[in-house]
Amino acid sequence: MNEIVFKRDRKKWKQYRVLFIMLIPGMIYYLIFHYIPMYGVVLAFKDYRLLEGIMASPWVGFQHFESLFSDPYFYSVLKNTIIISFYKLIFGFPIPILFALLLSEIMSTKFKKVVQTVSYLPHFISWVVFAGIFFTIFSLEGPINSIVQAFGGDAVLFLADDRYFRTILVITSIYQGFGWGSIIYFAAISNIDSQLYEAAIIDGAGRFKRMFYISIPMLLPVISIMLILSMSGVLDAGFDQIFNMYNTQVYSVADIIDTYVYRQGLVEMNYSTATAVGLFKSLVALILIIVVNSIVKLMGQKDHALW
Amino acid sequence: MINVKKSPGDKIIDAVLYLLMTVIILVTLYPFWTQVVISLDGSGAKSAAYSSGLVLFPKEISFGSYSLAFQYDALWSGYWNTIVRTVLGVILAVTFTSITAYPLAKKDLPYNRVFTGIILFTMLFGGGLIPTYLLIKELGMYNTVWALVVPGMISAFNVLIIRNFFRAIPEELEESARVDGAGYSRIFIQIVLPLSKPVLATIALWVGVGHWNAWFDSMIYISDPDNQVLQMVLRKIIIENNTTDLTVLMQNLSNQSDFSGRQLQSTIIMFSIIPMLLIYPFIQKYFVKGVMIGAVKG
Repeated sequence: MNEIVFKRDRKKWKQYRVLFIMLIPGMIYYLIFHYIPMYGVVLAFKDYRLLEGIMASPWVGFQHFESLFSDPYFYSVLKNTIIISFYKLIFGFPIPILFALLLSEIMSTKFKKVVQTVSYLPHFISWVVFAGIFFTIFSLEGPINSIVQAFGGDAVLFLADDRYFRTILVITSIYQGFGWGSIIYFAAISNIDSQLYEAAIIDGAGRFKRMFYISIPMLLPVISIMLILSMSGVLDAGFDQIFNMYNTQVYSVADIIDTYVYRQGLVEMNYSTATAVGLFKSLVALILIIVVNSIVKLMGQKDHALW
Repeated sequence: MINVKKSPGDKIIDAVLYLLMTVIILVTLYPFWTQVVISLDGSGAKSAAYSSGLVLFPKEISFGSYSLAFQYDALWSGYWNTIVRTVLGVILAVTFTSITAYPLAKKDLPYNRVFTGIILFTMLFGGGLIPTYLLIKELGMYNTVWALVVPGMISAFNVLIIRNFFRAIPEELEESARVDGAGYSRIFIQIVLPLSKPVLATIALWVGVGHWNAWFDSMIYISDPDNQVLQMVLRKIIIENNTTDLTVLMQNLSNQSDFSGRQLQSTIIMFSIIPMLLIYPFIQKYFVKGVMIGAVKG
């Protein structure tokens, strides 16, 4: 019996040999650049010593986590992360959907193309560049302040003011992402069977009725998948954006987990502390995505789940 | 969709929609326009770079600050380093992603789900910044271009997209080649890859733009200023406000002292985004195609 299985396996091995060989570089890559760093998180439980390396450094158990969870600054960072990403989600998530719905109502394909092309553009520009551009726009002499002054207000240093910083983060991140985020909804809308709309028109449904009773329900599967995906990023408040736009004056409202990890780890060289914070973040993200996905499954919406 | 006669109400809605979309276009383009105006303004101390307000057009067009920026060496070394990492990064990514995706496209490959799972799990969990940083250092990649192109070489998401594209290629094509005696490697190179040009081009564009805009890895892995990428040169000037280089440059050209630091910043921003602005309208549709392919579940 074993002989037969072995023979069959050997035959299979021969048949698929080339394919397995093709997988080797990719698997080595994932092992080295993804799984070794995953093992590297043991640093969070060790007292890292530069000369001894990760392996030889002594274990300290949960010490780093204990000091982290008793540090008020960590809670402030966690709070900022959640608030910023929550605002981005609440205000940023519906806008691409709304934009796609409204734009799909426009009949002129040429105009539609132009609007789409322009709206995707900011996605292709780095946050370094945008930080530079927004520094100008929100500066004391910038256009926003001249509008404020035209209405009798006083000029404000928006980007150095903790009252406005988060609002600006949310607005600029919506600016940068709404067009690109809408692509997937355009795709879903264009896949809706046009007979549905025709039937609705014959039944006398107006534009808004068609939107509410056909377009939006047909978009729900995509919306739910996008929502699950963004839930897993609740602790990703947007490193690129914040790191380039923040300054010491607004740390109290703008410092997030990722910027904190960067400063703790690569600036202060507290490798173990930074790894502990990073591990905390990755674990929360992993748990969130599993939980949200199982909720969606439990609700009987198997098609809307990720796996 | 069938044509329906539009009611007056519909016409009003249409008008509002067109107006709204026009406003969205203008608002989206305005931030870019400010940089164009500031960088081109030649009216000296009265220029947009100094004066307050909602400046819509330069009072006087001058390319002075552009010719000044041309003499800024770090800009050119940044350009060169960015081009090198982009070309190298794209070649490596496309080659290795497609080589990895092809076996996974074969549903009957033994342990296919295991291999796919190993790759997909990296989308859910990762080691994070510090372990990765230490690994790159220990591998001796610090201060080399490899630190910029190798760690993100095979993205799990791109593997999925290419795999799904390979799966959509009719099996009969491969089977007939196999009857003619071709092995998997030959089929892959001579049949599958040529047929997959659209998806490979899309991935190449994605990866390419990613490399063009990347700065963080260059910041943490490259310490030699001559090896920094363009975005880091920008960052140094705009965000770290490290304008010593520029001040020196401006002093050397004392006859051009009319240019403010901010005008040079805008000019250098223009330098970095002009290539993107020029090619973007032509390549944009391929990006969209890629997102659509990626949206297919599986």
